[in-house]
Amino acid sequence: MEILVCVKRVPDTAENEFVMNSAGNDIERDDLVYSVNEWDNYAVEEALQIVEKVGGSVTVVTADDSAADEILRREMAMGAENGLLLNDDAFVGSDCKGIATILKGAVERGKYDLILTGAQADEGAGAVGGMLAALLDLPYASLVNKLELGDGKLTIGREIEGGKREINEIFLPCVLSIQTGINEPRYVGVRGIRKVASVEIPELGAADLGIDVSSVGAPGAAVKKVDYFVPVKGEGAEMLAGSAEEIADKLIEILKTNGGLS
Amino acid sequence: MAQVFVYLTHSNGVLDDAAMELANAAKAISSSPATAIVAGSGVDAVAASAAAIFGNVIKVDNAALGYPNAEVVRKALVNIIPKGSVVLFAHSTFSMDCAPGLSIKLGGSFVADIVGIDGVDGSCLKVIRQELGGEVSTHVNVDISAGSVIAVRPGTFAPDETRSANGVVTDRSADIGDLSVKRKFIEVQTPEAGEVDITKADILISIGRGIEDQDNIQLAMDLKEAIGKGAEVSCSRPIVDAKWLDASRQVGTSGCTVKPKVYMACGISGSFQHVGGIKGGYIVAINKNPNAPIFQVANVGIVANIVEFLPVLTEKIQAL
Amino acid sequence: MENIELLVSPAHYQFFGLVPGALLSLLYMVVGLGIFAYVMWKRVAPLLKAKPDNSRFSDMPARVKNIAAIWLGQVRQPRYMVAGLLHIVIFFGFLILAIRTCSLTVVGIFPDFALPGFAPDQPIGAIYNVLKDYTATAVFIACAIAAIRRGIVKPARYAVPEKYGHDHTAEAVFVLAIIMGLMLTESLFEGVLVSAGHKGFLAPLTLAWIFSKAFASTPSGTLQFLHIASYYAHETLFFFFLNFLPMGKHFHVITSFFNVLFMRVTRGNIKPVEYGITPEGLDQLESLGVKKVEDFTWKHMLDFYSCADCGRCSDQCPANLVGRPLSPRFITIKARDLMFKNYPICKPSPDNQEPLVGTIYEADEIWSCTTCGACEQECPIGIEYIDKIVDLRRGLVDDGEVPQTLQKPLQAIGKRGNPWGKVEKKRADWARDEEFFGDREVKMMENGDSGEVLYFVDSITSYDDRMVNIAKCSAKILDACGEDFFVIGKDEKDSGNEVLRFGEEMLYQDLKQHNVEIIRESGAKRIVTSDPHAYNALKNDYCELDLPVEHISQVIAKNIRSGQIRLKPAEDSSKVYTYHDPCYLGRHNDVYEDPRDAIKAIPGIKTVEMPKNLDRSLCCSGGGLMLFYEPHEKERMAVIRVKMAAEAGANVIVCACPFCMVNMEDAIKVAGLDGQLEAIELTELISRHL
Repeated sequence: MEILVCVKRVPDTAENEFVMNSAGNDIERDDLVYSVNEWDNYAVEEALQIVEKVGGSVTVVTADDSAADEILRREMAMGAENGLLLNDDAFVGSDCKGIATILKGAVERGKYDLILTGAQADEGAGAVGGMLAALLDLPYASLVNKLELGDGKLTIGREIEGGKREINEIFLPCVLSIQTGINEPRYVGVRGIRKVASVEIPELGAADLGIDVSSVGAPGAAVKKVDYFVPVKGEGAEMLAGSAEEIADKLIEILKTNGGLS
Repeated sequence: MAQVFVYLTHSNGVLDDAAMELANAAKAISSSPATAIVAGSGVDAVAASAAAIFGNVIKVDNAALGYPNAEVVRKALVNIIPKGSVVLFAHSTFSMDCAPGLSIKLGGSFVADIVGIDGVDGSCLKVIRQELGGEVSTHVNVDISAGSVIAVRPGTFAPDETRSANGVVTDRSADIGDLSVKRKFIEVQTPEAGEVDITKADILISIGRGIEDQDNIQLAMDLKEAIGKGAEVSCSRPIVDAKWLDASRQVGTSGCTVKPKVYMACGISGSFQHVGGIKGGYIVAINKNPNAPIFQVANVGIVANIVEFLPVLTEKIQAL
Repeated sequence: MENIELLVSPAHYQFFGLVPGALLSLLYMVVGLGIFAYVMWKRVAPLLKAKPDNSRFSDMPARVKNIAAIWLGQVRQPRYMVAGLLHIVIFFGFLILAIRTCSLTVVGIFPDFALPGFAPDQPIGAIYNVLKDYTATAVFIACAIAAIRRGIVKPARYAVPEKYGHDHTAEAVFVLAIIMGLMLTESLFEGVLVSAGHKGFLAPLTLAWIFSKAFASTPSGTLQFLHIASYYAHETLFFFFLNFLPMGKHFHVITSFFNVLFMRVTRGNIKPVEYGITPEGLDQLESLGVKKVEDFTWKHMLDFYSCADCGRCSDQCPANLVGRPLSPRFITIKARDLMFKNYPICKPSPDNQEPLVGTIYEADEIWSCTTCGACEQECPIGIEYIDKIVDLRRGLVDDGEVPQTLQKPLQAIGKRGNPWGKVEKKRADWARDEEFFGDREVKMMENGDSGEVLYFVDSITSYDDRMVNIAKCSAKILDACGEDFFVIGKDEKDSGNEVLRFGEEMLYQDLKQHNVEIIRESGAKRIVTSDPHAYNALKNDYCELDLPVEHISQVIAKNIRSGQIRLKPAEDSSKVYTYHDPCYLGRHNDVYEDPRDAIKAIPGIKTVEMPKNLDRSLCCSGGGLMLFYEPHEKERMAVIRVKMAAEAGANVIVCACPFCMVNMEDAIKVAGLDGQLEAIELTELISRHL
């Protein structure tokens, strides 16, 4: 089975402290460290496990600048055979639809039986997989946390509310977004990354992919981020005072506002 | 101004509560009344309850919509919703399945999981989103000139509980066209009892050594029951070590990393190892020691003995 | 003494009137030794396919010392008194009787043979004959007691849990029976000679003496039969025993000498991935670490052969104690069973390429080890475990099989230099605590400072909200000692002590290279650290670094002795303190007395020792990456430890390691001992009394 996994380079929430820059319109990016999006790791692991069972190859692709080379190599060190970097100045500023459009170009240049994405990434939208499927007119399922191979189709489990799992059959080729917990991604050591350090990773631009530059990048983006901000949070906790009943009432208001208590 | 449609979800013949919030969300986008869409199999009652909230309700009744298979629903919606419309969803596992593709098919923009609407400026809808696991927020401008699909995080808008719309239900079941898709719903599996996933809870009642005794674990369980949906009990390592709760409930660097909406640290001092497992959310700390380090990281602090305080809180919530 | 007719010796005896005994004896010797040579050749075969290890021929004086003390001196045996004494009797019995056994084999061919000087009419021979009779009797009794112990008393540590295979009692008792048989037949052979009237002195109350008395009035024909029968029974048992040794746990009778000779003579360090491969060459290796049995070094294979199954390692192993799926004894025994299976005596070797982990070992078993070193400290014949565990982990890391909970901290160390992924520039934030330091500014390399002494802080002491206090107190102590010290600051990275021990070799190499470069650049003349794990890495693993490294406890003790610092009387003289030896200070580096001296230098302080102390200290469950590993265990090691402290009558447990502090403070709460017992770090205790 030929599998394409779409991955993204993101600031790792576990290894960064996000503070605003002095201008107050963006997060301070000087000290950020980046990793591959956690969900994508599960997607790559799932793809590798499928290929280990039935043969084929795994290709990892990302639409980003050349800094994303490191995450492609990391996923190749996991076992992905090919990497593909979609990089063009015209891609800068793309929204989710723009990214999906760029990825569509990459999908159409190959012949893939299965396309996987992470369920979401740093922006928390979880949009690219579904958009890509719609652009390609392929069936789609999101939040997949269980996958079994069938004949020309897959049996998949989707994670839905309440810890339940929705079981579906889906025909190949299809697009799936992978939820964490579907597997246990293998470790990639320093040595593994060094082994793939000199592997050639093809880089494709808008022309290679046959993309109309007006549909991607900042000009094509209908969704534009204006600035970043951190909701105001004081030093230490605001201490609630009063009788137990009064405090409980205040706490209930907090649970309603912040926790969706109804 | 574009027409606003609101897709309403329901289960077991009951409209999801999000409908009332979406009614207010729609008002924040457009002053003209929104149209609700109820799709399913045998949904007259659901459509009727939607009509109490929305002036116009489109009912789509078809056996193929018996379970909301996003692939089927999307196909039906494309035939019903005119291009250029604004479509609202409650952000959920269903919207994640259905909405992004719908935006492509309708040719409009898409924005997921918004936590606020700052207003509309011409064809520019100003919304607020969160990124990086909720650590930072962003202002986002959404061009809705060609229509848009928007998923609103539950809890963002207060529910419109007036139920005074007295709306009209229109049956569009005949217009949905061919519903054949390449994905087939089989079944919903419920997890075996005992399997708890604290990483998915909205409100975590997390207990530490301040609970004092194994029997007092029940106090946290009672509170969880009182809050109901979205609440779960988690704990710090000493509780797991004492075998009072299963290891799957442990928050911390050697346990689970959690991002609930509200994290209630009850009788947890707030060790480095524990706090390392809390990756977001509003932190409420309840501890009898006013100098407990947990108060440094909490948003709100309460100096109290949890064994005494939790029952008071539970009782109040039960009375809601 | 009625029998005056002398007995015919085995050599001159004619079987069936035509086969001379000498020929039969020769046949015995040729066949017995021939089979033995063949068996040994088969046993050596895998060692020839093993990975090299040239370090085993270095430092011969230390090796000879080990032979003298550990092998010949049996110094580790009495750590388990009953078993140890029995073993010492049997061990020396074997050494003494080896001479007799060799000559007896030749006597079957040349009846008057004696080793030079050992003829009965020579002084040495005469003394020897008395000695060996008593020895044989002592060995017989020791074996009898040992057999009763193993077969009837059954000490718990010999039990074989079901998952680790069959019980070994039968083999143990069988071998004891053979040894007893050897003693009996030799004594009978000797005894009936005297019964028959041969001249000779038999030491009173020996087996031979008893036999001589018992058969004093037996007809000579029967004595002749007994004489010949006992001889050949002895020879049959002897050659059977010799060839049976390499089949199981009694192989140690042959291999222990070599095992002790080649045991590790360095402390604390971890073996390189492969001897003869430089860190730069690691990239070119096809595979890293141990994945199949042939990936072990020949010495590690020799370890497998040498294990006597005495169970002391597992009895001391903290992982085994708390019910983790690890018992060091079975790391060895399972590998030995596999080697026997893969390299059989009579059949061609099957080409078994199956990985060890997943077949004979479980991944959890390999990750359960805290590398505390209790097993190695205890093993009476120098079997090593930590290097093997690390090699197996290297193999797992190479195959990407790392527990999920460990992947994040490893990745964070790679990116940020600390397992929590905290930003680098906050590494020395503890030194900017004005409330603690006032106007005193801690010198930092990141500010362009330098000094004589580098205080290497390491990750947990730099970042953990609680443990930063150790850094502050250490700074205060170094000031009091008049040391011109500085810290690196944001460019210090984790020492990698645990990264190395968790098998992430390449990440460790990167950390080491970075730290070595920065330390060299700093111009420091000496290094002091308050973290025993960092101390161990800098001292024993950073071989490129030739600066003296001290633990803060050594600095304190030195300055107390010189009078540079004088401590105030104990703040609370009602409290009783007990010192918990950290593994990486005690067992791995032999620093036992300095921390104790430092504590005792506080006038009026009351101290007590826990029953498990010094080189038998109980690991707190480990530091570094172990904090992130979720083992399956019944109880936490530190909980057992704090209970032990409380039972010893202590109110305060003094740790000299930040990781011990984390574990002990948690454990005191879990054990419900708060209010009764508290944990304090050595630097905190000392700085309070400055």
